[in-house]
Amino acid sequence: MNVMDTRATSAMLYLDGVHVSFDGFHAINNLSLTLEPGEMRAIIGPNGAGKTTMMDIITGKTKPDEGTVLFDGVTDLTRLDETRIAELGIGRKFQKPTVFESQTVQDNLLLALNVDHSVRGTLFWRGSKAESERIDKVLETIRLTEARNRLAGSLSHGQKQWLEIGMLLAQDPKLLLVDEPVAGMTDVETHLTAELLKEINKTHTVMVVEHDMTFVRELGVKVTCLHEGTVLAEGTIDQVSSNERVIEVYLGR
Amino acid sequence: MTPHMLTRSLDRGATIFLLVVAALGVLIPLFNLLLPAGSFLQVPTYLVALWGKYVCYAILALSIDLIWGYCGILSLGHGAFFALGGYAMGMYLMRQIGTRGVYGNPILPDFMVFLNWQKLPWYWYGFDMFWFAALMVLFVPGLLAFCFGWLAFRSRVTGVYLSIITQAMTYALLLAFFRNDFGFGGNNGLTDFKDILGFNVQAEGTRAALFALSCLALIIGFLICRAIVSSKLGKVLIAVRDAESRTRFLGYRVESYKLFVFTVSACMAGVAGALYVPQVGIINPSEFAPGNSIEAVIWVAVGGRGTLVGAALGAVVVNYAKTFFTSGMLAPYWLFMLGALFILVTLLLPKGIVGTFNAWWDQSKEKRTAASAASAAAEDGVTEPKMAE
Repeated sequence: MNVMDTRATSAMLYLDGVHVSFDGFHAINNLSLTLEPGEMRAIIGPNGAGKTTMMDIITGKTKPDEGTVLFDGVTDLTRLDETRIAELGIGRKFQKPTVFESQTVQDNLLLALNVDHSVRGTLFWRGSKAESERIDKVLETIRLTEARNRLAGSLSHGQKQWLEIGMLLAQDPKLLLVDEPVAGMTDVETHLTAELLKEINKTHTVMVVEHDMTFVRELGVKVTCLHEGTVLAEGTIDQVSSNERVIEVYLGR
Repeated sequence: MTPHMLTRSLDRGATIFLLVVAALGVLIPLFNLLLPAGSFLQVPTYLVALWGKYVCYAILALSIDLIWGYCGILSLGHGAFFALGGYAMGMYLMRQIGTRGVYGNPILPDFMVFLNWQKLPWYWYGFDMFWFAALMVLFVPGLLAFCFGWLAFRSRVTGVYLSIITQAMTYALLLAFFRNDFGFGGNNGLTDFKDILGFNVQAEGTRAALFALSCLALIIGFLICRAIVSSKLGKVLIAVRDAESRTRFLGYRVESYKLFVFTVSACMAGVAGALYVPQVGIINPSEFAPGNSIEAVIWVAVGGRGTLVGAALGAVVVNYAKTFFTSGMLAPYWLFMLGALFILVTLLLPKGIVGTFNAWWDQSKEKRTAASAASAAAEDGVTEPKMAE
């Protein structure tokens, strides 16, 4: 464990001076960002701005060349692997919905529950009432109670997105990273997803990456715009979208 | 295994399979031993030995299905674990020969005397005791799988790369066991066995008992596999197979799961090899040949990957075909047939025999329930509301 003696920051997530380059391409450039506990933050930015790479760094998939990444003020995430980081309480929803297609909706949630994840624990596992109650609750929240025994692969695209959000809920992490939750969703589904995320934010810290501006506006939270791996602007959606540099980046110069 | 794991693992297919294996394990030896020769149902001893071999192959296929069908680890070197288990048993059988060997040396097996060795190498110690050999049957393949898996899975070697290094592993062992100075009989391997636990290995009774034991081992192996795949661990394995990195982001230590199941599988393969050797009477380095391991994977593919029952069935069906075709005029073409079989199964029956049957069964069951629901609704005079997707 890489726990420091005292909290270096009050932030839930603290990134400072992070650099990553892939074969000379600077994907992340001196990126600094803080997320307070209980906050929901929307991250926007054009393609290749480094949004997904940033999530890869936070979840341990990519190691930064330089910089500090602190979780909960005490834990240095750059030294831990994906499993360890997930155990600490960082959950991630991927850009492309990744659910376990050949298993039922219910089993997907069961796998996501933050219970004993050891080989022995799962081998001798026997379901408990508390676990099935939690699964029932999540199923209700993501409106998939009817579909609980269906194979996840047979769900519609929007339902898969929700199932993945449901898996995050079952995981009950301190910090949720949500990558493009409304990609490919209808307007109604997008609206429902915004409601769902707001509900989740009541008890969790959330970071949402999204292109859909209507959706970001509906969330009504602080927005960070990334460009070429660094923070270009930060503020309310109106402030950010009226920022000249942001307009320049989005519309081309 | 706790009772709830046992009840959870026995669905209808598993129960039928167990009953069939148990019936064969009892009836074949009885028909062999009790009925007079020439009677219609009498099973000749050579058939008992042949079917005993098939049952051992079925255990090997089961062990491959556990890792390939459920966890996506395609091992093309599982024959190595089978052969190591076989060698451990062979060493015990060699030590049992004692003074009955050609050279009459009470300690040294014939090939060592022939090579002018003065004393028994240290790694042959203990193999005169059955319990020790039996332990090694599990321990040696298990240890190799553990070390190999620990290195490979931690370095996240997956897919075709893993398959290639498993091939390299079995090939390296093949070359090592070929060498005379390696101390396992070189090219000739270990053979000329006399008795096992005091019973003559050639005797009808011993062969019948070995057959029954092989069936018992198949039953136990099957129960272990079923207990694993029907537990929550089984769900994690399938998750790893379908989306490995997603599983990692949920907080599962994927490499530990792979290591566990790979080691269990290797131990099972070792047991299969140990039961195989006294029934065929020889173990030599050709058992390590990469081709054997690939053939075993084909059995699983033919029977149905990820079904367990299919793996065992595939092993028996393909080997029965092999025996049938290699003993006639078609013998030179067997490998072509095997290759064609693999291609045809991949193209036409990608789920294998049992997988295809299961899919068909589920579908027809769905239709039947839908039909009965519709007729019940019609009787009540209610029209079925259109199901919204």
